Amino acid sequence: MATSMTITEKILASHAEKGAVSPGELIEVKVDLALANDITAPLAIGVFEELGTKRVFDPEKIALVPDHFVPNKDIPSAQQARIMMEFARRHSIKHYFEPGDSGIEHVILPEKGLVLPGDLVIGADSHTCTYGALGAFSAGVGSTDLGAIMATGRTWLKVPATIKLVFKGRLRPWVGGKDLILHTMGQLGVDGAVYKTLEFSGEVVRELSMDQRFTMANMAVEAGAKSGIFEPDDITRAYVSQRSPREGQYLTSDREAVYQRTIIINVEQMEPQVALPHSPDNVHPVSQVDQVPLDQVFIGSCTNGRIEDLRVAAKLLKGRTVARGTRLIVIPGSPLVYKKAIQEGIVEILLDAGAVIGPPCCGPCLGGHMGVLAEGEKALSTTNRNFVGRMGHPKSEVYLSSPALAASSAVLGRIGSPDDL
Amino acid sequence: MLSPGFSEVNKDMKIEGRVWKFGDHVDTDLIIPARYLNVSEEKELAKHCFVDVRPDFVKEVQTGDVAVAGVNFGCGSSREHAPWAIKAAGIDVVIAKSFARIFYRNAFNIGLPILESEEAPEQIKEGDRLSIDLSTGAIVDLAGGMCFFARPIPDFMRTILRSGGLVQYLKNSKTSAGGHSSV
Repeated sequence: MATSMTITEKILASHAEKGAVSPGELIEVKVDLALANDITAPLAIGVFEELGTKRVFDPEKIALVPDHFVPNKDIPSAQQARIMMEFARRHSIKHYFEPGDSGIEHVILPEKGLVLPGDLVIGADSHTCTYGALGAFSAGVGSTDLGAIMATGRTWLKVPATIKLVFKGRLRPWVGGKDLILHTMGQLGVDGAVYKTLEFSGEVVRELSMDQRFTMANMAVEAGAKSGIFEPDDITRAYVSQRSPREGQYLTSDREAVYQRTIIINVEQMEPQVALPHSPDNVHPVSQVDQVPLDQVFIGSCTNGRIEDLRVAAKLLKGRTVARGTRLIVIPGSPLVYKKAIQEGIVEILLDAGAVIGPPCCGPCLGGHMGVLAEGEKALSTTNRNFVGRMGHPKSEVYLSSPALAASSAVLGRIGSPDDL
Repeated sequence: MLSPGFSEVNKDMKIEGRVWKFGDHVDTDLIIPARYLNVSEEKELAKHCFVDVRPDFVKEVQTGDVAVAGVNFGCGSSREHAPWAIKAAGIDVVIAKSFARIFYRNAFNIGLPILESEEAPEQIKEGDRLSIDLSTGAIVDLAGGMCFFARPIPDFMRTILRSGGLVQYLKNSKTSAGGHSSV
């Protein structure tokens, strides 16, 4: 009888060319797609060159995406972006994107059909775990690992044990994927899943759109997890089939698969969730959070910069205006998201409400540019981290929420749910 | 699968230095804030190491010093700039109750020794002098004479550390295998 495995173990086993793998095992795997951005690529390129390998393992299986500090924010970051661009040209990297075609790495790679169910993706960015939404195994590494992968197309991994999260019940209005993952963060803690994978399952996630699944898988790393994954289904198939000529591998976990833990989360009574400073696991339902006055609201990032996120925000902002004294910054995650937002009238609603719209990039999420916070300022953000100094001054404060709560709070000028409008 | 011993790390890897104490969940934004990631040179990065949490660190750290922390050290971003900044600032080893996954991997890859011990960070105090033997995992607190033993380093990671990092490890295996290494 064949060994029972989780979907994660099955993907790892096939990429290690083994019949079966089990948690704790060190394996060598082939990588389907290797990813780096304008911050992590220059270091990885240095490693690649130090290794003395002449050619990359496959110019079609490397994605280099300028998104963190582009359009270039200063001379040093312009130099970094240039190192990546020149490397991409020299090695004929197929999936290198210039601003205009580029956006946030974890938004554009799925959009362009570069990741399919069953793939193994390694990226020099901790939010590489986002692709688990597609039923792929994906994990973040550092630049040295990535440089070695660009040379060899392979890497070593320790097979993670799986924590199964089962979401049951019916979601209330204005509650979605971001609230589910924030709530989960509150349950697990920032080290609750170190070296583990999170498998998202249950009737609630079966009905979630791809955009909401991306949001959830994206934040698996916030619990210390190596990866997060959804079993691919018809929703996945509908998303990828129009984007890629390749057929994915639609794997599921075996009924007898072994889980390290199973956590059942009932969503019936769940309110919109807020992570308070300074940790993404400091999570409380909005009714228990003070009505904190806000200097800035940001809607965007690899967590919540997709079209559905902007649609929800626009629904709440239509016919309303952002409170005086509060800045609302909206950054579509990709040129395609931007274009759709224009076509659907979302951009006009946002502009009428008083939002400023930035070009597709990571924006103020990591305090680089386009919305850096001053000393003592408070922001509500749809991003994934609210560590000390994450979005600017070390004495600024960041609260995390869904796009719905961000939109209502921008109108109210303080943290408040859509029901308060 | 995992070897219980340390003996092969490096016979001469002895470190003696002063302790910089940190708490739990020291994230990579605290180690090196993203606003300083517009460069990759390790010496430049080192200038801003721990700037938001310990502004005095960069001025006072001495080569050979040791960082001691609680659980989940290095959580957050995958930025390898974090272990590079620590290493280039002069820290020779980081001891923590536990490390975040990507940081753990990065530290070995760039040749920054890290040790896991549940007990040592509980007892060791800021400013203590430690004597550490990486080959045995023994940590001696010279202030009180207490001795702790770090958790054994997995076999494979030990090989990488012994090579001085992943780049050298790959170069070595390339020479011995005569082709692309299998990592």
